[in-house]
Amino acid sequence: MDALFGTHLTWLDAVYQILGFLVLMWLLKRYALGPVMDMMEKREKHVADQISSAEKNREEAEKYLAEQREAIQTARNEAKEIVERTKKLSEQQASEIIASAKKDAERIKETAIAEINQEKEQAISALREQVSTLSVLVATKVIEKELNEQEQEKLIRETLKEVGEEL
Amino acid sequence: MGDYYRQPVVFLFDNPNLGINLANVFLVTVSMAIVFLVLFFMSRTIKMYPTGAQNALEYLIQFIKNVISSTMDWKQGKHFVILGISIILYVFVSNMMGIPFEMAATTEEGYKYVWWKSPTSEPILTLSLAAMVIVMTHIYGIKLKGPKEYGKDYFRPVFFLFPFKIIEDFSNTLTLGMRLYGNVYAKEVLMVMLVGLGTSGILWGIFAFAPMVVWQVFGTFIGALQAFIFCMLTMVYMSHKVNEEH
Repeated sequence: MDALFGTHLTWLDAVYQILGFLVLMWLLKRYALGPVMDMMEKREKHVADQISSAEKNREEAEKYLAEQREAIQTARNEAKEIVERTKKLSEQQASEIIASAKKDAERIKETAIAEINQEKEQAISALREQVSTLSVLVATKVIEKELNEQEQEKLIRETLKEVGEEL
Repeated sequence: MGDYYRQPVVFLFDNPNLGINLANVFLVTVSMAIVFLVLFFMSRTIKMYPTGAQNALEYLIQFIKNVISSTMDWKQGKHFVILGISIILYVFVSNMMGIPFEMAATTEEGYKYVWWKSPTSEPILTLSLAAMVIVMTHIYGIKLKGPKEYGKDYFRPVFFLFPFKIIEDFSNTLTLGMRLYGNVYAKEVLMVMLVGLGTSGILWGIFAFAPMVVWQVFGTFIGALQAFIFCMLTMVYMSHKVNEEH
């Protein structure tokens, strides 16, 4: 034993060391490691909370996204419907307008033709009157002056010229 | 060291059975004070977002947690974090204390008393630390598994292993303490010899300087390794007592 433990077995050293070690463990737990480990635990919990809340937020966001997508789809469908309806309506209107325009044109044309005919009738009747007057006039002139053929010709021409100027 | 070096032993109440080695008491106290003060000042500012010293401390805690997790379930292992950190730091600091220098005081009678060295180079201290660890494994075995399960463990896996289980406790204590003592004591002896050689003459000083530096580096390595091994084996022995067999 002497070779290992020197001249005396100082077992109180051992007692002192063990007591000291227990005190050291208590002190470390109380003042140094305990708080740090508490903080580590707290951080772990914090991180776990953050992760779960992030997960929750993500799920909510996904739900919102799906809702929004659905809403957009509905809006798109509605818009399509409206556009189609409008297109149909406009086409209908256009055809109506065209039809009425055609009808108008037809009517105007008919009116115009009728007017033209009327004018023509008028002109013809006026010309008839003139011709009768003229023939009377020519007859009068021929009777007034018995002229030779040349003069007669000249006279008719003059008369016709007069008449033409009148007309 | 032997005859040349003496130990400063005093006897309480002049009783030869109550001897106490003042150098050991002093060295143990210094080592524990260093461990406590370093950790105390490292843990002054504890924040949710760690910086500097707190990072280092948390790294150490994580390291010990990994050591524990490699031997037992975390359900039982969570009790031993403080123990593991205290052991590894105490043994490490004790191993390091003898590396930079050693101190001895000479009395008028010509005796030399060693006052500064590695406390782990004293067998009484390493063996008592090992014994404390083994006793703790028994205490936690009873506490965590219940006396019945703890008692049954001595007859597992077969009943005739009972004597070997008893022997195992003692051999574990011895190997755990003597391994640490042997490594550190050898380091100390060779260190003292190299220093003695180096201070015996200028020429020897030149020759002994390089080996001494090498030996100090090696001693640091050995000291760190032995501290880790001591902590690791503590957890291994603990796991034998507290782990539930399946």
